Amino acid sequence: MRFEAPETVEAAVALLAGEAGTAFPLSGGTDLLVQMRSGRIAPDLVVDTKRIASMRTIVFDGGWRIGAAVSGAEINEHAALVADWPGLAEAANLVGSTQVAGRATLAGNLCNSSPAADTVPIMAAARATARIHGPDGTREVPVEDIPVGVGKNSLAKGEMVESILLPERPRRSSDCYLRFIPRTEMDIAVVGVGVSLTLDAEGRVEFARLALGAVAPTVVIVDTQAILGTELDEAALDALAAAASDACNPIDDKRGTVAFRTEVAGTLARRAARIAYDRAKEKA
Amino acid sequence: MSSIHVTAAVNGDPVEFLCQPEETLLDVLRDRLGLTGTKEGCGTGDCGSCSVTLDGRLVCACLVMGAEAEGRQIGTIEGMADGETLHPLQQKFLDHAALQCGICTPGFLIAAKALLEKNDNPTEEEVRYWLAGNLCRCTGYDKIIRAVMDTAEDMRKSNA
Repeated sequence: MRFEAPETVEAAVALLAGEAGTAFPLSGGTDLLVQMRSGRIAPDLVVDTKRIASMRTIVFDGGWRIGAAVSGAEINEHAALVADWPGLAEAANLVGSTQVAGRATLAGNLCNSSPAADTVPIMAAARATARIHGPDGTREVPVEDIPVGVGKNSLAKGEMVESILLPERPRRSSDCYLRFIPRTEMDIAVVGVGVSLTLDAEGRVEFARLALGAVAPTVVIVDTQAILGTELDEAALDALAAAASDACNPIDDKRGTVAFRTEVAGTLARRAARIAYDRAKEKA
Repeated sequence: MSSIHVTAAVNGDPVEFLCQPEETLLDVLRDRLGLTGTKEGCGTGDCGSCSVTLDGRLVCACLVMGAEAEGRQIGTIEGMADGETLHPLQQKFLDHAALQCGICTPGFLIAAKALLEKNDNPTEEEVRYWLAGNLCRCTGYDKIIRAVMDTAEDMRKSNA
């Protein structure tokens, strides 16, 4: 195995594209090193992205652009970003322990493509896009198009995520991420729900997007038509919960049954939407 | 396979080492630099016994590659006491009997130190969440949490 730590995105992509064997970018390493140790992967080349200055920054340019090597801890230390996207920050904070959050990144969580990834539902709800840099240049892709199966992503050889963009949205907007785990901390989501809402001047839901994790091989986007134009009254929340449960396609495993996951998806959708609504209203 | 030459600082002292590209920072600390205070528990970032700081940030050394340390500042348990004088957290762990076998202790101390440097007045809940990635299989957690809370209280008094 070779280890490289280039200082530009172009150099990193050239290294990844030029490697005849298997090559991986390294940002937080909290999945990569574990998979190397278990023997699941045996890279010929690892390219550390943390010496690339543009991949370490959080910049507001008509939306928040978060470098692919920015850790969850750094996201949570960025007060303006946390104020705009509290749900994204709480999801990033739920990824592993303090030690893991000090390294783990949004881009890594996305590309690792675990069905239970905590930050993927909230990024999908946020309509976040990933800027992918490859040998032929860059493209901006909706985050939900990156994971294509359990542990599989849609990136071509030589490509890597350079940054994640959270698009600009009106002031009366907020978000929330909730997950169910069998214990208080340090576990893998049985169900995860991310929701992003924008209210109109009268406090009615003008825009809503909700995504589920851990209930299908990849993130599931839920139809939120039922809550548009409402103030999230009980009937609207019932309809949203039913839509979330209907969208589930889960498996039975040691963490939860199909029936349990389906019901919890509805319950968490209701709660997360309510929290996001209250947060958005506070900003109004 | 050619070795990688790395220059870094451990506990403020400059160090140089050669390592293989596959080696973790934990391997380097223990096997190349002889700093065996940092323990290996799980090797997969679940137990926190290899907690160190990397440029001031609390991390698991088993999830950092040795070669990544180039130019970085690393803090380990060996740098915690001042000569023969224990760090207040170390003394409180003794006072509260917050250890038995001791394998998890360096990780708990490094993690707790990182917390108190960030927040000298944490709630018990904040301490428990911060230390949730440090596992102890013998003492249990109550004595550890009490030792950290007690240290924080003393620090606040001496800073007042």
